[in-house]
This record gives sequence, C-alpha cells and structure tokens, in this order.
Amino acid sequence: MAILHSAPRFTHIEGLEATLSDAMGDALIAAHDEHGELIFHVRREGIAAVLRMLRDEHEYQQLMEIAGVDYPGREERFEVVYMLLSVTRNNRIMLKVRASEDTPVPTATQIWPNAGWLEREVFDMFGVLFDGNTDLRRILTDYGFEGHPFRKDFPLTGYVELRYSEDEKRVVYEPVQLAQDLRQFDFLSPWEGADYTLPGDEKATTPPVAEPKVTEKTQDTGAGAKTDAKADDKVSNGSPAEKDSGDDRTPPPEPTEDRPDREPREGKTVDTAPATRPDKDAE
Amino acid sequence: MSHALHIEESPTTGDDTITNYTINFGPQHPAAHGVLRMVMELDGEIIERVDPHVGLLHRGTEKLIEHKTYLQALPYFDRLDYCSPMCMEHSYVLAIEKLLNIEVPIRAQYLRVLFAELTRIKNHLLNIGAHVMDVGAMTPNLWLFELREDCMNFYERASGARMHAAWFRPGGVHQDVTEKLLVDIGEWLDTRMPELFGDAMSLVTGNRIFKQRNVDIAVVSKADALAWGFSGPMIRAAGIPWDLRKSQPYDVYDRMEFDIPVGTNSDCYDRFMVRVNEIYESKKIIKQCLAQMPQGPVASTDQKVVPPKRAEMKQSMEALIHHFKLYTEGFHVPAGEVYVATESPKGEFGVYLVSDGSNKPYRCKIRPTAFSHLQAMDFMCKGHMLPDATAILGAIDVVFGECDR
Repeated sequence: MAILHSAPRFTHIEGLEATLSDAMGDALIAAHDEHGELIFHVRREGIAAVLRMLRDEHEYQQLMEIAGVDYPGREERFEVVYMLLSVTRNNRIMLKVRASEDTPVPTATQIWPNAGWLEREVFDMFGVLFDGNTDLRRILTDYGFEGHPFRKDFPLTGYVELRYSEDEKRVVYEPVQLAQDLRQFDFLSPWEGADYTLPGDEKATTPPVAEPKVTEKTQDTGAGAKTDAKADDKVSNGSPAEKDSGDDRTPPPEPTEDRPDREPREGKTVDTAPATRPDKDAE
Repeated sequence: MSHALHIEESPTTGDDTITNYTINFGPQHPAAHGVLRMVMELDGEIIERVDPHVGLLHRGTEKLIEHKTYLQALPYFDRLDYCSPMCMEHSYVLAIEKLLNIEVPIRAQYLRVLFAELTRIKNHLLNIGAHVMDVGAMTPNLWLFELREDCMNFYERASGARMHAAWFRPGGVHQDVTEKLLVDIGEWLDTRMPELFGDAMSLVTGNRIFKQRNVDIAVVSKADALAWGFSGPMIRAAGIPWDLRKSQPYDVYDRMEFDIPVGTNSDCYDRFMVRVNEIYESKKIIKQCLAQMPQGPVASTDQKVVPPKRAEMKQSMEALIHHFKLYTEGFHVPAGEVYVATESPKGEFGVYLVSDGSNKPYRCKIRPTAFSHLQAMDFMCKGHMLPDATAILGAIDVVFGECDR
C-alpha cells in the first residue's frame, strides 16, 4: 500500500522484525507490522527481560509511554502497551502484554525510572497491577477515589459528584444526579439496525384478531347477565329542571355565618332591565 | 578582642535530632504554573525530597474522546496544552490520517507547519515570560504577553478563535487563510517580533541575577535525560540534538531548513536559552513556509472524510448527503492502531490511537510531555534550595491541562 499520509516518518530498518523476534525468543507470542510500526506481543512474565534486552542490546534508550487498553470481551481483558524509542537508530517499536485484574505485570521501574508514573497511571485508570513497583499509588484521580475509570464498564458520568456544602463547610461527595440525560447520540447507523421500539411500534407485529369486537347488542359488552337484564330499563323520569315551580324569581342564596340573612326587597328585583339601559339624556 | 567573638547560642544547640519538615508547595501557588501540589521535605532550606501530586486538573479527556466521533473529539486537544493548542491537534490529525492513509494537499501541509511554528513561538513566549517572572523579573513577561497577543490575533484571523482553534482537521485544515494574513505574519516577524523580543531578552539573558538563579541549577546528564524519558527542549538542553521535526519529519518539515539549538551545561539556563533560540528558528521556518507555499486546496478531496464546501452543497445533492453523513455519523476509520508523536513546543506529544473500525476511537491514549519531566522533579530538586524549585519548574515548561488530561 502506497503511503499517502504525512505522519512522522522514522527510519525503516530492513529485517528489524526478524532480528528482534529472534532476540526475544520464547518470550515472543506474535509480531506484526502495522502502518510501518512494529508491534510485538510478548509474554507477561518475560516483559521485563525483553525491555532490558531491547535497551541494552538494541539501542532503545527511551521508554516514551505505557498505555493501557481495555477489551472486556477477552479472558485477560487488559493490554499494556509500551512505546520504545531509539534516538540513535531513529526507530520506534511497540510491545504489548495482556493482563487481567489479578495477574500482575512485572514492573519496568528497574529499567527506566520514568516507568513509575506511567505504571501508576495504568493502575489508576484500569486497575492493572505491576509487580515490583513499590509506589503503586493512584495518580490522576482524586484522593480516596474508588474504581478504575477508563475501564469500558465504568460509566462516563462516574458514580459520585462533589460540591461545596455551605452547611458542613467542606466539599461533599454525593451520588451523581443528572438534571438531563448525558447526550449520547448513536449515529452509527441512522437508517437501519436501531434496536429500540417507539411507543406504538409493537402494533406492527401483533397479529390481527379473527373476529373484530363490536358492542351492538347489550350482551356484547360482557358486563354480566344481571346488568344485561337491567340495561333496557329507563334510568330517570327526566331531569328535575323540566318541572316548573311556578315562581320565576331566583331565590336568594341561603344565609351563611359570614352573610346573615337580609330583609327581602320590596318589589320585583328581577326587573333590572331599565337600570342597565344607557341614559339617553346624558350625552 | 574576645568580647567580639561572642556567639549567641541557639536554643536548639546541643539537640542531636533536627527533624526535617514537610511543606506543601501548591496547589494554589503562583509559581506552580497551575494546579500542582508538591509535598516537599526540607532540611532547613535544602530540598530533601519532592513528591509531586498531579491530577488536580484531570478531566477524563481520553474517556470522553472514546464517546465522541473522530471529529467531535478534536476540540478536546485544544484544551490539553492550552498554551499551544494547534500543536496538540497536530498529533491527533496525523494519527487519524495515518490510519486512514489519506493524502493532505501540499498547501494544507504548509499551513499546518506555519501555524505549528507560530504556536511554538506563542508557547515559548509564555514560558519564557513565566520563567523569568518566577525568578523575580516582571517587565519581560509583560512585553512578551504583548507579542503573545499578536499571535492570538493571527490565530483568530485564521480560525475565528483566539485559543481553542480546532483548525487542523483530518485531511487538512478547516479553511484557507487570506493573503493579507500571511503578509501580516511575515511583516510581524520582520519588525515587531524581533524588536520587542530582542528588547525583552536583552534584559534577561545577560542579567546577573537571572544567571545566578538559573546557571548550574538542576543539571541533568545525557544518560539521565534519556532514562527519564525527556524530550523537547529538556533533552536538547542536555546536549542531545533530538528533534522530531528533523529526525522524524511530518508534513513539510523535511523541506525546511533550520537548526536545532542544543545546550552544553544542561541546567535551567540552557533550557531557557534553547527556547529563546527556538523562537528564532521557528521564525526561519515560518519565513520559508511563506516563501514556498503554493496555491491550491487546503483539505483532502476525499469526500468521505472532509465535508464539502457550503456553496457546493447548494448545488449538489451528493455534497448535501456527504455533509449530513459527516456531521451526524462521522467518518469510519479502518481498524488498527498507531502511535504518532510530534514535536510539540514542550517535547514529544504522542497519540496512541486504537480504532475498531467504527466512527469513534476505541482508545485514544495521550502521551503528555510534562509527565516524564515532572516525575524527574524529585531527582532534579534534590539538594537544591527551596527557591530553586520555582526555577526548575519554570524551565520544565509544564501546563496542567496537558499533564493531567
């Protein structure tokens, strides 16, 4: 494949993969070239010896980085990746070992002093243990933090949030509460493959019934024989309003404690029409 | 004369045990360059042990990136080393391009190198100013901030943002710059920059107080510099001419002619002077970019990675679909893993990118420069006086956005 990109170009050494593979011997599991970078899978127990050999015999003077990666599906779920740099041969290689929560990786602190913090970070973020690292404290997370946040099964929001409590005059930790959901857009396949159902979607898959349900007869309602028998009875003899009391005045409201009864007015109080009529002389 | 020789007796004279005491340097200390807490064990004023506590600015950037598409993750890089944003983007876009194996137009490569070097100047101006202020001088910092402001204005004219540019994109840069901006940058490099910078440096480089505070402070041998994983000005000050722009060139750095300043004594003064000289080298590189830069497109023509131009979208249905797909789903990157490191102003800034073939990075490990350097604080500070710690820290050039991620 022709190289089109303009990423950093370091010296390509002919036959390096074979040379280093031979030098690693039994410790090597597999080696491959990826985009011009050599990646060696090494047995966990042998990593310290391999690193020392690469530094002393193959001029890889610098340990630039140790990265952790989590593949939860694997039996040994973590990968620890070492990036080595040779300033004399101008070359980079990567070494990988696999580990699980309870299988410690031999430390590289005896070989490179700067491996200390790099291993602490992998421990902090993934919970990979390093055998022989005497200072395996957490490094990036808070004092007293629990869990290993870069594991794939650790939620992005975390489990606790903190705020300054005015009552207690200190920072307090509380379970995380989101006012709104974290925006997680699944745009991977907007057209197909969505595995959620919107309300109403289930109707598309329910098979149609043989006889559609109707309620044309009283029996169809399924309310029971007793109700069916009474179903045809008339419930009322018409509304009370239909009876005329003979008095067309609206009676005053019943007296209450707040508003004691007043004397009845003289004359017909319902006759208020002239009072609301506009005064013709006023204009 | 015997009366003149009377020595006042200290109340502790005769006590056999004088215990060391421990102090907290930071996290709220103006010379801590952010949120660094150093637990220092002192014997009088001599530093016996330093235990830097980092992570107070940890934001989980790498985890956040795993939940974003490749393009959405880009602005997080500006926020790592916020003193040199575009250099942070540089590693990331190159890593993506390496996985995709796409070609970047030559003008875009020139623009990236030009702005990466402008960023280097901007970063060094801040560090030089801060370092000088840490050891007691006020004026140069104020002058250098004025130049830094000019750089930010250039940033703004190119990208629209003064700091968090998000201007380098996978496949090129976001948009072309105007001719006037390039002319102005060239003019600035010829007139204002050397004048003001030269003035500021004339106050510092030969200054007796400045030298007393920096020369022979934190001397690191070549072997130690290699063993502790030093990079950038820290390793060059130790006398190792190691510069990724030269040894592992990316973009058009292989077309540039520039020198790598190295130190001879590997002390804080050398680190400072390496940065001062790098500014002049960056100036040379920018001038060459300005002279050589051709016309042409500024982003790859691969429509599956680079979104189409606005005008094109009004005419072409296909462009509209591409635009929609790129800004919702994003582009897919073939499965694989790469470690791409560039020479950021502070040293080797690397991105280890693991792709599982989807539109989001499976893992994006960021190699900060400060991690290795800060780890060596204990070994560099041992035996020095307490006030030297600020000089050493200033010469490391540490920014916690990047260190803690």
